Amino acid sequence: MKRTTGAELIVRLLERQGVTAIAGIPGGCNLPLYDALRASSIRHVLARHEQGAGFIAQGMARVTGQPAVCLGTSGPGATNLLTAIADAKLDSIPLVAITGQVPRAMIGTDAFQEIDTYGLTVPITKHNFLVRSAGELLEVVPEAFRIAASGRPGPVVIDVPKDVQNEGILIDGLPLPGRPDPLPLPRAEDVARAAAMIDAAERPVLLVGAGVIAAGACAALRCIVDKAALPSAATLLGLGALPYDHPRFLGMVGMHAARSTNLALEECDLLVGLGVRFDDRAIGKAAEFCPDARIIHVDIDASELGKIKEPTLAMRADVGATLRALAAAVAPATRPAWNRRIARLRAEHPLVMRAADDPLDPYGIIRHTAAMLSPDAIVTTDVGQHQMWAAQAFPCTRPRQWLTSGGLGTMGFGLPAAIGAALAAPGRTVVCFSGDGSLLMNLQELATAVEENVDVKIVLLNNAHLGLVRQHQELFFGGRYHASRFRTEPDFAAIARGFGARAWDLGDAADPRSTLARALAAPGPVLVNVPIDAAENVYPMVAPGGANREMIGGELHAAER
Amino acid sequence: MRQSAEVVLRLQVRNHPGVMSHVCGLFARRAFNVEGILCLPVGDATRSTILLLVHDDDRLDQMILQLRKLEDVLEINRAHDAREAFATVRPFLQ
Ligand SMILES: Cc1ncc(C[n+]2csc(CCOP(=O)(O)OP(=O)(O)O)c2C)c(N)n1
Repeated sequence: MKRTTGAELIVRLLERQGVTAIAGIPGGCNLPLYDALRASSIRHVLARHEQGAGFIAQGMARVTGQPAVCLGTSGPGATNLLTAIADAKLDSIPLVAITGQVPRAMIGTDAFQEIDTYGLTVPITKHNFLVRSAGELLEVVPEAFRIAASGRPGPVVIDVPKDVQNEGILIDGLPLPGRPDPLPLPRAEDVARAAAMIDAAERPVLLVGAGVIAAGACAALRCIVDKAALPSAATLLGLGALPYDHPRFLGMVGMHAARSTNLALEECDLLVGLGVRFDDRAIGKAAEFCPDARIIHVDIDASELGKIKEPTLAMRADVGATLRALAAAVAPATRPAWNRRIARLRAEHPLVMRAADDPLDPYGIIRHTAAMLSPDAIVTTDVGQHQMWAAQAFPCTRPRQWLTSGGLGTMGFGLPAAIGAALAAPGRTVVCFSGDGSLLMNLQELATAVEENVDVKIVLLNNAHLGLVRQHQELFFGGRYHASRFRTEPDFAAIARGFGARAWDLGDAADPRSTLARALAAPGPVLVNVPIDAAENVYPMVAPGGANREMIGGELHAAER
Repeated sequence: MRQSAEVVLRLQVRNHPGVMSHVCGLFARRAFNVEGILCLPVGDATRSTILLLVHDDDRLDQMILQLRKLEDVLEINRAHDAREAFATVRPFLQ
């Protein structure tokens, strides 16, 4: 028997889970936990806002695929974490958030910094716990990790009252770490039927989502794509599952897809959805998506099957095992007619990136940055036009290289996620493409980046606007602009220097290319301000609620063919 | 939406103070009305049974799939035999 406290127990259990770094902020109700952390091998990263801590943990989780941990105190600490937790829910990221709570006897009394964290996090977590005794931690902590990582991953909250952290307890051993549940395998008859449907299809397309990356199924995906010559599109979160230059890869589908990608899906007679949830930004008007196609839908979450599109064949299974079985079962094929048709669509309706040579053009800065980075670099984005330009133009080659807030679309994601990614992948550069609106939402984390001296390069596409909002007002609100232009323009380079980071401004640079190269090669956190023409829009664009075939802009002019 | 009959769902759940908010919150978030609820602990009271009286509309299958995902819901089925439970308590509520 060994004497310990709730707080020490949490720390031991986290260590046994293999946690090596945690992001958080201390406060009254989690101080016992922080006291116990002092004696631990776990590295604590002091964020400057709990939302930053949540996204730092997300960055770690998105790069490693393992659950990552963030900490906050009760009340405002917990409410500040909510956005990052909700973001993890919508993008299926394994996150364990541990919050302090007021002592048990004070729960329900409107005590200082008391908030109903349990109630607030019910709708934005996979599961949550309010711990009622130190003994419960022996079960709750491993359970939280098991749940976060099992099946479709997601966030779990553990709310721990301060007196539970202080409670003395005698234990005679520690439980095994929580590990993911075994994965559901596909049924042999479904595999056979799916393979037959693929073999029989004349115009099949695969739609690859985040589930393929979460399942570690990209090698199996390549196998079947190559064997059966299957054109494949990706969702925003599926980017990287196939390398951008794979001959069968069609790029991103949906609201800002290349015209050829949406048109190929329009023409397909079989759609194979792999770890996708048919989000409206990806499929446009659901009733008009892939109008002529039979659908095979593979997902580990049964509630996604038939939620938006009724599949001909629904397979509730691990997409990795399914792809391996399917790759063995399908007949080798070359599909000359369909792939010729695709090649023609791509030649006639490509993604048009006119000024990609110019480093002050949106596509240009993304292409130049990519060309200067080592191939093992990681990319994060914020949310807005710059995110969509990066999704269109950044040449992703690997799963877990591309980290972006898809489901919740959270401005402020980019910088803290980049810090987390850099902490989880030491030795690799992390570039964060941000906008001047988004960066301000978690700018304070520059202090964290400098303190941890992470290799994070912020490339700021600065249009002095909430650019994507301005674009919507231009296209869908008759050009009636309101509240989308910033009337003051901060000097971001000076601000970054004020935090202790290095900074360059391509607006003042005689040779922007060489300045960019110098900035990306400099050690530690760096900000590069890139003035962008505010009138630039992301094209093509499908109007919200519209069918994917009805795209605005982005045509290749006849003279350019 | 199809106008529809009522059905009863029987849920076996872990018995703790948060379980009701998980179950009811799910219905509230999806704007799915629950017409009636009965809940009692069973056995050694580590578990409870909840009976939910709901409309059998197009979204019910999706609701059941979502309920199955809740960690505290151990089992769920349609309970045709449990309709009279609601009839029995009705006099106490009117
Ligand atoms: C937290 C949050 N608030 C509001 C929005 C709505 N929104 C979407 S894009 C956008 C503008 C983003 O501006 P900026 O970061 O400068 O990027 P740009 O579009 O100019 O590239 C806004 C306000 C959001 N996605 N997230």
